[in-house]
Amino acid sequence: MLDFPRWRIWMLNIVLIVGMAFAIPSLLPSQMRAQLAQFVPTPTINLGLDLAGGSHILLEADTSQLSEARLEALEDSVRTAMRRANPQIAIADVSRSEGQLSFNVTDMSKVDAAREVILPIISNATGTRDWNIGVNNGNRIILSPASSGDETALDQAMDTAKDVIDRRINALGTLEPTIIRQGENRIVVQVPGLDDPEALKALIGKTAKLEFKLVDEQADPDQTAQGKARVGSQVLPYPDNPTGLPYIAVRRLGGISGDKLVKADPTFDPQTNEPAVTIQFDSEGGQRFARMTQQNVNKLFAIVLDGQVISAPQIREPIFGGVSQISGNFTTESANALSISLRSGALPVDLTIVEERSVGPDLGADSIRRGVLAAVIGTTAILVLMFLVYGRFGMYANIALVINILMILGVMGVANATLTLPGIAGFVLTIGAAVDANVLINERIREELKRGRRVVQAIEFGYKEASRAIFDANSTNVIAAVLLFIFGSGPIRGFAVVLMIGIVTSVFTAVTITRMWVSLWVKRTRPTELTI
Amino acid sequence: MKLLKLVRDDTNIDFLRWRVWAFAISLLLMAASVGLVATKGLNFGVDFIGGQMIRATFTQSATAPVTELRETVGSLGYGDPTIQRFGAENQVSIRMKLPEGADKNPELANAMAEKITSSLKAGHPDVRIDGVDSVSGKVSEELFSKGVLALLAAMAGVSIYIWFRFEWQFGVGAIWSLVHDVTLTFGLFALTGWEFDLNIIAALLTIIGYSLNDTVVIYDRIRENLMKFRKMEMASLLNLSVNETLSRTVMTSVSISLPLIVLVLFGPDVIFGFSMAMAFGIVVGTYSSIYQASPILIWLKVGSHSFVPTDEVTGSKAERIGADFGAQP
Repeated sequence: MLDFPRWRIWMLNIVLIVGMAFAIPSLLPSQMRAQLAQFVPTPTINLGLDLAGGSHILLEADTSQLSEARLEALEDSVRTAMRRANPQIAIADVSRSEGQLSFNVTDMSKVDAAREVILPIISNATGTRDWNIGVNNGNRIILSPASSGDETALDQAMDTAKDVIDRRINALGTLEPTIIRQGENRIVVQVPGLDDPEALKALIGKTAKLEFKLVDEQADPDQTAQGKARVGSQVLPYPDNPTGLPYIAVRRLGGISGDKLVKADPTFDPQTNEPAVTIQFDSEGGQRFARMTQQNVNKLFAIVLDGQVISAPQIREPIFGGVSQISGNFTTESANALSISLRSGALPVDLTIVEERSVGPDLGADSIRRGVLAAVIGTTAILVLMFLVYGRFGMYANIALVINILMILGVMGVANATLTLPGIAGFVLTIGAAVDANVLINERIREELKRGRRVVQAIEFGYKEASRAIFDANSTNVIAAVLLFIFGSGPIRGFAVVLMIGIVTSVFTAVTITRMWVSLWVKRTRPTELTI
Repeated sequence: MKLLKLVRDDTNIDFLRWRVWAFAISLLLMAASVGLVATKGLNFGVDFIGGQMIRATFTQSATAPVTELRETVGSLGYGDPTIQRFGAENQVSIRMKLPEGADKNPELANAMAEKITSSLKAGHPDVRIDGVDSVSGKVSEELFSKGVLALLAAMAGVSIYIWFRFEWQFGVGAIWSLVHDVTLTFGLFALTGWEFDLNIIAALLTIIGYSLNDTVVIYDRIRENLMKFRKMEMASLLNLSVNETLSRTVMTSVSISLPLIVLVLFGPDVIFGFSMAMAFGIVVGTYSSIYQASPILIWLKVGSHSFVPTDEVTGSKAERIGADFGAQP
């Protein structure tokens, strides 16, 4: 039990030194850390927003809207494919309802040909189908979503959304956001040091789907006011409409979407000197824009952002070269925000903020300062007490405890873990468990001495008999920590992580390492008496 | 060097003598806690019921104008606010329900926060907004159910472990004392009206961890003594075990209380409730290991027959029983 071969002593010392070395970057002031980072990697613990101050925003995607969008895209591709098929296949009575797309193939004999045309559209790269195809009454084709298709679509949409948000926040400048997907349809955005998240929310909450649509100039204004449109048209909100009516009717077809942009910049309208946004299409988008403007000179076209018309200027001449200007009721800030959103692309799904927390930097700083103060005083008190009660063995326990704290910090740094307030609770519990392990051992040694054992034997028995209780106590804590990690949400997980790391390091330092020191001391001095 | 002794050697306190009384008082307190939670309710934070919480400090004032705030914020047309001091006298938290329809349209929640903060700033130029939390109904329901689930899973998981490592009676004793500790802590929060949020769940988990640690240590000693003194009466055996581990129990409780007392006195205001919960839990957890977890073993008829000693143990024990014999009272 007390026999430590030399190689084991070496190994334990190396583990100790490496473990503590990893804590160094987290303890240095950020300036020194930056200097150190030029020479060696500096893994650092992140402070949770509750300690560091900052904003936490939880976004949730509207999944029903995603399937609607998929259905719409499917209809588009099916219509185009049928038109382009050679010979053309006429379809009629197209309807989208209950997540299904169905239509009649006018010529019964062409149903099989239509199927052939559709198959490549609904198959994906992995060989499975995103949509199931069925035929009703001989000529009605029904496409219903395959469940795997919905999941993949959501998964891809969320990945894209995450990238888009990342680009948008980065455009704001020096922030260091953490953006992670959570569960199926959520994204967490955390920005340390940002206490007024209004600008951020305005930026990430917008879908930024830009479309250009032709205005239905034949529409009856009375009908439009009631929200009714002719066949082939739709009514959209238009809050800044110069006619005073907050709606406008636009043609469903013949427009183009603004997702093929290479550039978007805030600018000023040369005529009115008001803030505006210039956009530049890529070559394909530019050609389509040129074609649309060429065919519709002197007509009005509506610039639609997220389903709302922001302006409806007249096409005075065809626009070649793919550069256009969007004017509307912009301020400098909103023009800037819109250009950032357009540059980073539209969100593939609408995201809603379901949870938001912001902590002011003063409160966070106060929490850290007082938290650290309390930790230092509390730990010192424990160290003094342990020394007073157990003397030399208390000193061993104390050094082990300090090393334990450093090692927890080190492991957390390497794992890039986040320290939150509940994490501090985990720390307290861990320190308690580490102290308790040494108390158990030392009390047991006392008992064994009292029973008349000789010093070396008493120490051996002390470690051996106490180990059982230490093992059981720590096992139960591990079980609790794992369950908490599985079932808990954010802050509780922070607690669980610290607990898991702490249990491992505290058993290592409080049991293995103190035993090594004790054994070295015993070997060196061959004590016949022990005050403990 | 003369070392400090917190507990005198060879204590022989008849702890178990008061077991029926202690159990009755515990049951009474637990019933009171359940009653308090049922009638007075817990002061749930926005984490668990949804809504918006704004924290503010009036940097130039000694105390926060709570009554006046209640009127100004109440007159904004969003319903009556819950306003509470937290931490220092000049710090408040203002809690509101989210406006109707805010689940669909987060702009409404934003607008409300904006209106409240600007009305605060208008009336009090020295106000500092320390944080805004908005939690939608859906998310708060999730946080609540996940918190409860985590708590139950942890309690069940560790009890099952104890059952496997010891005997089923020990598992029952462990889970009973955990239920005891958690219930009393709930009662404390219902009684004081301290805010109950996610951090308090973390505190409860710490209490569970600590209380269990304590229980395991005593159980381990009980098991050891059951195998050692095969003929001793159960009550005396429990007393012996509690007394033998008493020095350790006191030492550990004192050690762990030290940082907690410091946290309560000097720690950040935001975690006052949290630190108090843990400090309370240490006391209750220590008590429950002695007066709940142990006597249950008598009532569940645990005896030396519960453990069959292994050869290895009997070998070393036989020698020790002889050595200990004189030391026994």
